[in-house]
Amino acid sequence: MIDETTERSAKSQAYWVQLNCNFPAADRVFDEYILEAKALLSEEGVSSYIDHARFIGKMGRGAEPLLVYLEEAPTIASIVGEEILPEIQYFTDFLSKNTNFKAIVPFLQSLTAVTRRLNSYSQLHCYFDLIKKMVAETTSSVHGHHSTFPSPGLPDLLKQAPRLLSELSLEGFRNWMGYGVRYYNNHPERQKDYFSLQSPDSVAVMQRERHGTLLIDHERQLDLYLRGLWQDGDYLVPYSLIFDELRKPMPYFDHMGIRLPDVYDDYNGVLGINRYHAVLAHIAAHRKWSSKMVVDNWSPFQRVAVELFEDSRVEYLAMQRFPGLRKLFLALHPIPKEDDLAHTEMSLIRLRLALLSRAILDPDFKVKDKVIHSFVERFFDAMKDGESSSPAMAEIALSFIARTRRQTDALPDTYFENTEVDYRDDNRHLWIYIEQGDDEEDTFEHLEEQKQQDEIDTLPPRHYHEWDYNSQSYRPDWVSVYEAVHPSGNMQVVDHILDKHAALAKRLKAILDALKPQQKVRVRYQEEGSELDLDVAIRSLIDLKSGSQPDMRINMSHKNDGRDIAVMLVVDLSQSLNEKAVGSTQTILALSQEAVTLLAWTIDKLGDKFAIGGFNSNTRHDVRYSHIKGFGEHFDHNVKGRLSAMEGKYSTRMGAAMRHAAHYLEAQKADKKLMLVLTDGEPADIDVDDDQLLIQDTRQAVKELQQQGIYSYCINLDPKADEYVSDIFGNHYTVIDHVDKLPEQLPKIFMSLTK
Amino acid sequence: MSDHAQYNINEEPFYQAQDDEVKLYEAAYAARLPVMVKGPTGCGKSRFIEYMAWKLGKPLITVACNEDMTASDLVGRYLLDANGTRWLDGPLTTAARIGAICYLDEIVEARQDTTVVIHPLTDHRRTLPLDKKGELLEAHEDFQLVISYNPGYQSLMKDLKQSTKQRFCGFEFDYPSEATETSIVAKETGVESELAMQLVQIGTAARNLKGHGLDEGISTRLLTYAATLIKGGIEPKAACRMALVRPITDDVDIRVTLDHAIETIFA
Repeated sequence: MIDETTERSAKSQAYWVQLNCNFPAADRVFDEYILEAKALLSEEGVSSYIDHARFIGKMGRGAEPLLVYLEEAPTIASIVGEEILPEIQYFTDFLSKNTNFKAIVPFLQSLTAVTRRLNSYSQLHCYFDLIKKMVAETTSSVHGHHSTFPSPGLPDLLKQAPRLLSELSLEGFRNWMGYGVRYYNNHPERQKDYFSLQSPDSVAVMQRERHGTLLIDHERQLDLYLRGLWQDGDYLVPYSLIFDELRKPMPYFDHMGIRLPDVYDDYNGVLGINRYHAVLAHIAAHRKWSSKMVVDNWSPFQRVAVELFEDSRVEYLAMQRFPGLRKLFLALHPIPKEDDLAHTEMSLIRLRLALLSRAILDPDFKVKDKVIHSFVERFFDAMKDGESSSPAMAEIALSFIARTRRQTDALPDTYFENTEVDYRDDNRHLWIYIEQGDDEEDTFEHLEEQKQQDEIDTLPPRHYHEWDYNSQSYRPDWVSVYEAVHPSGNMQVVDHILDKHAALAKRLKAILDALKPQQKVRVRYQEEGSELDLDVAIRSLIDLKSGSQPDMRINMSHKNDGRDIAVMLVVDLSQSLNEKAVGSTQTILALSQEAVTLLAWTIDKLGDKFAIGGFNSNTRHDVRYSHIKGFGEHFDHNVKGRLSAMEGKYSTRMGAAMRHAAHYLEAQKADKKLMLVLTDGEPADIDVDDDQLLIQDTRQAVKELQQQGIYSYCINLDPKADEYVSDIFGNHYTVIDHVDKLPEQLPKIFMSLTK
Repeated sequence: MSDHAQYNINEEPFYQAQDDEVKLYEAAYAARLPVMVKGPTGCGKSRFIEYMAWKLGKPLITVACNEDMTASDLVGRYLLDANGTRWLDGPLTTAARIGAICYLDEIVEARQDTTVVIHPLTDHRRTLPLDKKGELLEAHEDFQLVISYNPGYQSLMKDLKQSTKQRFCGFEFDYPSEATETSIVAKETGVESELAMQLVQIGTAARNLKGHGLDEGISTRLLTYAATLIKGGIEPKAACRMALVRPITDDVDIRVTLDHAIETIFA
């Protein structure tokens, strides 16, 4: 021990004394750190660095925080300035006193990477504030226990921070964190899952907050691009880049579709959408001009070279056709450094190929290496007479490998810098393997297929967002809606209802006849009409004057033709329907049933497009939507059977049901779309404590529907409905106080709405 | 009667034959068979008829049909004047009298009861009864009736009756092949053939999108508009956006796609 310390230079010995630390682990590495610190920091900087290190060493949290601090701090300070050092100390102290001392090590460990992402003092400062806020919100103390519990998600959050910040802006980071804090504050385990990016909604929220051009937003545009410019078309399937930091997935295509990254940031002056264009152009060119080759006898190097020549060939052909692509490709293709060919300690095969590829692509890029240059010329020679072919390229590629092979190529250390062309696909389509064998992918592929087949017994759930008014944001894919055909009952019940209300039906019929608006059509050649048809009148006058028989039908009138409405009736089938209606001997359910039957009869008579659905819910994981009548069905015995089997159970999660019904209504072609919601109470569910939450969500659903051009209208049977229904539906609602009048009211409301 | 010389076509219109349609038309005319030309908008139907009229040395009377057109708009009518009434021949009657080719453009736009008046002219009778005037007009021996008809964009409601359809022999037109269209655009407007080819490429891209949000691709006519603008000194990309993209679509995705096509084709 004494020997080692005496070996220190006087200067570093002074620092060691200043550090005043007894950890042997620190002693062993101290010299190295101090050397690095001196290289990166000023004199005062080093001094303050040691001071803070001393503080951290004396916090009583063991040697690890100190060691990590000693290692990371100089780099951080060199990136954003030395004034960050006291802040780090302060923050470490904050965590230590705050019972969150377990987070100190992850905090310090990830800090360098975070600093690299944020790259400025002020941004880093914001980051500290955000974390502090999160700590304050998630650290809980239980009264009477006199103890405080550390934030469960904090260590995970800090570990994930660099990755998150590479995808999100600080703003997005804040939103993502806020979401986790809001929803998982009472669930330590779930909170951990969220902050370690394990839970699906954590990923979904992150996806929402990302920057860049998302594939899903531009799918149609890209599809049109493929069709228009390439007469090609395929499924565009996104894959995520977040989770494979080490092995970045590449675009590729197979018989299942074209796989593309889910998001592209702008890069080197190229917009995200144009990066997609570049990838698709490259892939489309392959699909147009490439042919498969038997590859069993080629070494990996040979394959790489064949790929490169083939890539260059199809791009060359594509640029012949669409010269504007060159600009895109040039901006996206890396510029390899030729001087690095001098390296001897690593495999340079990728560099040589990248040089070759750049030289083929870029006429202004001159390669000094004679061999590579000669192959560039060989490439252009081959392309002189038209399209050339994949095998011709392979031939050149093989001889390229033979000519340029070096001893160093076999070294495990490979030169990668500036050699990756990220808009190119992985070329799996080029290869044919004659010997099928130990390929892992194939072995499992058919098992997967089998599994898929097993699962197609029931309709898969559809997921819908739910609006959270507290945070003014959607909870992504929060609610699962299961749709099923409503069970059938005895259809005579419905016929009986119609008989019972025969008198009412007659009155309705009279109103129906008055209901024929829209689409004026001119009817000419009328003896009597609303207007004089001038053309015909003059012609008749001439006929009269010239002595021939005049046409007396000189008037015209207008008639209304057609009525273009699609109506969706959504019926609440919750438990409360089973209660007896006030002042009536029937249950609300029975009255609803009568009302719906009459309405269905009315609309059927009118000939409007019409569908009925029922809903109830049992927590957000199980919202049931029953199909009673579809737009394509007539009001026939099937529908009547389902109507008569209506029954009430569970709760009322209205927003999800409306969104689900809306997706059917949206697909209808009609001038006017109307959604009638028949309910007997406010939206509620057993997994929601906050009364307002589902009310606000439904209100949001109404807004969404409005944006889709759907007019929603609520018929509410709850006498106390005035308290909330106008919050949800604005003034588009009717509250029916005498529920026993419902069968009469409902068709009337409908008709007055559509008059 | 007004001067019939106005219907003559004195200068040769530029028409690039796509196939043997010129020969076939000449044969149809020799037998005085009525002719129907079909095809998408702006593909050269009207130009073809104009060219044939010039080639055969016959006058051409063109009528653009519309929904409000009545039979008397075709046949003729009495007009009021100071002395009472005076008969005025309609374009169809004039053509039958002087032996012109009568070209009814977009015939389906006219109402079905209107189109029936052409029936007696289009079979062996070759007569036109003017019942108001009490005259049965025998068609001039050079007279021929031609109708054009775009089956693409009309609704199901607007179709020709079988009894009308089956009086004509038909020519089906489509946009020409890329090479032909390039030479058409180049000759029509006098632009370099390389530019013409780039324009045609944009046209092809748009035609590939037909049915995917576009009702009709970019027509040859629009391509010549773009070429004319470029010839007039407008920057090519701007000219294309103005003449080729903006008129045909309001759909943002399609517009962006076509704009991008223009960017990649004009490097």
